[in-house]
Amino acid sequence: MESILPLVYLVASVTFIVGMKMLGSPASARRGNLVAAVGMGLAILGTITLYTNANGEHLHNIPWIIGGLTVGTVIGWMMALKVKMTSMPQMVSFFNGMGGACAALISLIEESHHSAQAHGAHTADIGTSLTIMAGLVIGSVSFSGSIIAFGKLAERIGDIDVKGQQLVNILVLAGVVVLSTMYVMGTMTGMQTLVILAVLSLAYGVLFVMPIGGADMPVVISLLNSFTGVAAACGGFLYDNMVMLIGGILVGSAGTILTVVMCKSMNRSLTNVLFGGLMSKKASAGTGGGIGVQGTIREVTASDAAVLMAYAKHVVIVPGYGLAVAQAQHACHQLEHELESKGVTVKYAVHPVAGRMPGHMNVLLAEADVSYDKLVEMEEINPEFPTTDVVLVVGANDVVNPAAKTDPTSPIYGMPILDVDLASYVIVMKRSMKAGYAGIDNELFFRPNTSMLFGDAKASLTALAVQVKAL
Amino acid sequence: MSTETLQLIYLIIMMIFLGVELIMHVPSVLHTPLMSGANAIHGVVIIGSIIVMGQATETIPMVLGVIAVIFGTLNVVGGFVVTNRMLEMFKKRQ
Repeated sequence: MESILPLVYLVASVTFIVGMKMLGSPASARRGNLVAAVGMGLAILGTITLYTNANGEHLHNIPWIIGGLTVGTVIGWMMALKVKMTSMPQMVSFFNGMGGACAALISLIEESHHSAQAHGAHTADIGTSLTIMAGLVIGSVSFSGSIIAFGKLAERIGDIDVKGQQLVNILVLAGVVVLSTMYVMGTMTGMQTLVILAVLSLAYGVLFVMPIGGADMPVVISLLNSFTGVAAACGGFLYDNMVMLIGGILVGSAGTILTVVMCKSMNRSLTNVLFGGLMSKKASAGTGGGIGVQGTIREVTASDAAVLMAYAKHVVIVPGYGLAVAQAQHACHQLEHELESKGVTVKYAVHPVAGRMPGHMNVLLAEADVSYDKLVEMEEINPEFPTTDVVLVVGANDVVNPAAKTDPTSPIYGMPILDVDLASYVIVMKRSMKAGYAGIDNELFFRPNTSMLFGDAKASLTALAVQVKAL
Repeated sequence: MSTETLQLIYLIIMMIFLGVELIMHVPSVLHTPLMSGANAIHGVVIIGSIIVMGQATETIPMVLGVIAVIFGTLNVVGGFVVTNRMLEMFKKRQ
C-alpha cells in the first residue's frame, strides 16, 4: 500500500502541468482546467485514505476533515457560481487569500506539535523551522494582501494616502525579517514568537497593498497568487510531499512570470507598479496633475450620434469597464450588426488592461458572439485611428487618457494608450463625469472633437442600435 | 547536504523553468483565466491541512485545522469553478 500514494501524487502533479499547459490556448483551456481539477480531487482523496505518518499510522479526525471539505465545497461552489462576471477578479483574489491563510495556519499548527512534543523546548531542525517560518510569513502576507485587493476591487476600500507610510512599511518589514531570522536560528522560539510574526506579516500585507492604485490590482493579485504558490511549496518541504511542492513551485514560478508579462503589457516595471503609489502620491491628488483639466464638454444625443456613425466608413468601438458593469456586450454586438448592415466597417480596439483584468473585454465580447477577428489589439489598431471616422468609447476612461502620454506627473504616465484622439470624431459613453479607476480627470473629454453621451451603456447602445436601424 | 535535499533542489529548479516556459507565450486574452487556474492549483496546500488535521489531538490545533481545511477547500473548489465559468465564454466562439 505504501507505494500507491506517491503514485497518486505523481499522477496529480502531471495533471497540474498538463492542465496549466492546456490553459495556455483558447481551444483547450476549459479541458485543461478540468484535468487539473480531477488531479486535485485524486490527490485529496488519496491523502485521506492512504496517508501514513513516519510511525505508519493513518490519519485521525477523518469526520472533521470530511466536514471541513464539505463546508468549504458548498460555500466555495456557491460563491463561484453566484459571482457576476464583472466581479471575477476580486473573487480570484478572495480565493487566493484563503489559500494563503491555509498555508499560514498549517505552520501555526505544526509549531504547536513541535512545542507540545518538547514541552516548549525547540526541537525542530533549521530546515523545518525555515519552512514553518516561510509558510507562515508568505501565507499571511498573501492572505491580508489579497483581502485588501478584494476590498479595493469591490470598491469597499479606497486608496489611502498616509504621510510617512513608506517608513512604517520599512519598519514592519524589518521587524518581520529580524524576527524570522531569530526564529530560524533558534534564539526566539515557541508559539508566541510565531503569533507575533503572523501579526506583523498580516500587517505588512495590508500596508503593502494599501497604497497601490486600484487599476494596478490585477498585477498585485497575480503577484500574491505566486506568493501563495510558494507558501504551498513550503508545506511540500515540511511533509516531503511532492504534489504540494510541484504544484506550489509551478504556480510560484508561473505566477511571477505572468505578473511580469502583465506589467509589460502596461509598459511599466513591477517596481513602478508596487512602489510607485508610495513615491509619487502627492502629484496625482485632485486633477490629472499640474495642468488641471478644465474647459467645456459637449453632449450629443443618441440620434445625432447614430447619424454620425451610420454615415461613417470606419467606426472603432473601445470597450471598457463600463461595458462590463452595464452587461452591455449584447447591445454592443447589436449596434455593430446594425452599422455593418449600413456598410460601415466596425472594429473593436481592445486595450490589454481594459476592464479590471487582461482579457476581460475579450471574454465579455466573446460571450456576445462578437467575431474574434474584429477584436484588434492596441499595437495594431493605433496606426488606424487617424483614418477612423468615429470612435465610440463605451465606458473606458484611463486607457484612452492622453495624460498617459503628455503629463509626466500623472499616475498613469508611461502607460501605452489607445490614441483615439487622432480620430476625426470621438463619442464617449459614460454614466457621469466621474473620474476613472485611477481617479484622475481625462482631458480627452474636453477636446473639440469629443462629445459625451451620458447614461447607462446598455440603454445608450440599445438606443443607438434602434436609431441606426431606423435611418 | 543530503542527496534527498539536493534532489529536491534540482526538482525546484526544473519546476521554475517549466513554470516560466508554460506562461511565456500565452496570449493576453488568456491571462485572466490562467491566473485563476493557477490560483486553483496552489489550492494543493489543502493536502498539508489535511495531513496536519489528521494528526492533531488537542483542541486548539483541531479547531485551527478544521478552519485550514475549509479555507483550503474554498481555494480549490472556488478556484476551479470560477475558472470554468470564465472559460465557458470562450467555448461559444468555435
